[in-house]
Amino acid sequence: MTALTRRCFGMLAGAGVASLAAPSFLRAQGAPHVVIVGGGAGGATAARYIAKDAGEAINVTLIEANPQYTTCFFSNLYLGGFRSFASITHGYDTLAANYGITVVNARATAIDRQARAVRLADGSRVAYDRLIVAPGIDLIYDSVPGYSEDATGIMPHAWKAGPQTQLLKSRLDALEDGQQIVIVPPPNPYRCPPAPYERASVFAHVLKAKGHTGSRIIILDPKPKFSKQALFSEGWEKYYPGMIEWYGPDVHGGIKGVDPAAGTVETDFDTFHGALVNVIPAQRAGRIARDAGLADDSGYCPIDPASMRSMMDENIFVLGDAAIAGDMPKSAFAANSQAKVAAMNVRGDLIESKVFPARYANTCWSLIETDDSVKVGAQYAPTAEKIASTSSFISQTHEASEVRKTNYEESLGWYAGITADIFGA
Amino acid sequence: MLWGRGLSGFLFAMVAAAAASAAPPEPEHGNRERGKTVFEACNGCHQVGAGARHGIGPHLDALFGRRAGSLDGFRYSSAMRRRGKDGLVWDAATLDRYLQKPRRMVPGTRMSFRGLSDKRAREDLIAYLKAATASAPASNPSAPSPPRPEIGGAAMAIEGDAAYGEYLAGECVTCHQRSGRTDGIPSIVGWPREAFIRALFEYKSNVRRHQVMSMMTANLGNEEIAALAAFFSGLDPQ
Ligand SMILES: Cc1cc2nc3c(=O)[nH]c(=O)nc-3n(C[C@H](O)[C@H](O)[C@H](O)COP(=O)(O)OP(=O)(O)OC[C@H]3O[C@@H](n4cnc5c(N)ncnc54)[C@H](O)[C@@H]3O)c2cc1C
Repeated sequence: MTALTRRCFGMLAGAGVASLAAPSFLRAQGAPHVVIVGGGAGGATAARYIAKDAGEAINVTLIEANPQYTTCFFSNLYLGGFRSFASITHGYDTLAANYGITVVNARATAIDRQARAVRLADGSRVAYDRLIVAPGIDLIYDSVPGYSEDATGIMPHAWKAGPQTQLLKSRLDALEDGQQIVIVPPPNPYRCPPAPYERASVFAHVLKAKGHTGSRIIILDPKPKFSKQALFSEGWEKYYPGMIEWYGPDVHGGIKGVDPAAGTVETDFDTFHGALVNVIPAQRAGRIARDAGLADDSGYCPIDPASMRSMMDENIFVLGDAAIAGDMPKSAFAANSQAKVAAMNVRGDLIESKVFPARYANTCWSLIETDDSVKVGAQYAPTAEKIASTSSFISQTHEASEVRKTNYEESLGWYAGITADIFGA
Repeated sequence: MLWGRGLSGFLFAMVAAAAASAAPPEPEHGNRERGKTVFEACNGCHQVGAGARHGIGPHLDALFGRRAGSLDGFRYSSAMRRRGKDGLVWDAATLDRYLQKPRRMVPGTRMSFRGLSDKRAREDLIAYLKAATASAPASNPSAPSPPRPEIGGAAMAIEGDAAYGEYLAGECVTCHQRSGRTDGIPSIVGWPREAFIRALFEYKSNVRRHQVMSMMTANLGNEEIAALAAFFSGLDPQ
């Protein structure tokens, strides 16, 4: 353990560690080691909760490929001009400085489950007693024929927040009146079910604000219905009459492919041209999880509903978008909720702290127009087969504008709350 | 309208006489009766009148002339305490500014009230407060209020397990910040135990209506609610 930890230390110093709480590090040399791959909504929450609740009894290392994290949640608000890019970007300094978490800014390339170690891009290894895998999603570019990683510069997906989101915004802002936007949403299951439709709403908000009455937004959906459909449809009718056209497969007959150079999307029914085409391809668990054999044929990772422990390896927990979380949607709220269950079970494994029954929750707010936000939420409990919904709610159509405005203010509060809960405050 | 002016004139004279020390006499326009109705938005958290005690918010007795954040036994946000130290004293003018947009005047306040943009409503409320807060505060304002057994009584009888509460609180702090900050969602840090229990039962039984809160409380039993109350009442706002 000591030798490994020292090796770790040397490697970390070279790899650009945000900060290292040296005294607690030295004191905690004999302590068990938890490694977390992925510092997003799920992984960073898990790291913080383990470090916060176990103190020096557990060493926590968080491995994250990027030095900063831009949240997908609220990235649509950035596209709509409601938030700045800086306000949705977060660093790892507080986790390192206030919680003594060793933050390693590196990409994990493999998990050696036999030896219980994670390999990093520079070839070094980090040993673990328990591993939490929270890499989010990978996009399956060729799920849309003609689309590819190269094509993302022309037809941005912006389904991982960062430069893609900035590119999409600059393309949106450069549109002229009369030009058309085409959105190709993903098939189920995917990250954040209402988000493609919230995105259509903020696109329309931007066009309307510029007085682009001649512009249209065409949504070519591979799904016959979508999340919060009645609420979005009502809102589009109210705020953006005639601007947003949604077509399901019964109308377009199936998406045959895209031609990035021509800016077209071909369906059985017709070929659509967009001055801006936003393609959101199908998704699966992040590669590191699949390569380690933690996923099943669905491309996502089965877990024990009571603990988020991998069904493939009892020393590993998988959470967030990469996991098969039963009735829970793939959301930051859900990932954050699952992380707390996993963190408690990891502590239970390693330092025999008390393990309470798992509880999960989710709420997603979606902005339709300024001061008009709708929400959907549910609570969940583990059953033998899955994480199952126990109670739920959804906003109603024809609600008073005051209710919708309060929802919006609540969503701002949620964002401040969850980002403090993920990254520390 | 005429009647209103007449009454406020009367109030003005009364208040001016009562607060002879306040240097420039403040004009008084509010209607005390209407203000009492406005106060219904406040009385879930603030008690006022003889024997008022601290609840979710501090009691308001002897409010006028009180330095902000200065009462013993109430856990103010550090922002409010700082403003008090810097000299903020409650009077008609400062209250008017605060009530218009609490978070603009005292960023970091735990008071989860968005503000009253209607000037007349603020004047009415201040007129009401002037009259209602003139009584002496309770001898021990932090003593728990006499129990109201009709709601949450069983949970109040349980000694909550704060460790369990801390785990359960994971569900709350996704929105209600652990630090006690409010940014669009109320702070619940440091609430008195019974106020906390009562509020959760009110959400559970839809006396208070809120979609998220009624869902979140649906699966909470007496043990859970007592545990959460034990945990949150033991926290200090930062
Ligand atoms: C447009 C949009 C809007 C959304 N809106 C909302 C919303 O309003 N509310 C909500 O709750 N959710 C929303 N979501 C969903 C939310 O963003 C995701 O569900 C959430 O981020 C999932 O968390 P995660 O931890 O599983 O993955 P992520 O947050 O994606 O984090 C994974 C992290 O792992 C890192 N990583 C991956 N592989 C490696 C590796 N091999 N080595 C090192 N690091 C690695 C990545 O860099 C990343 O930082 C939205 C999503 C989108 C796209």
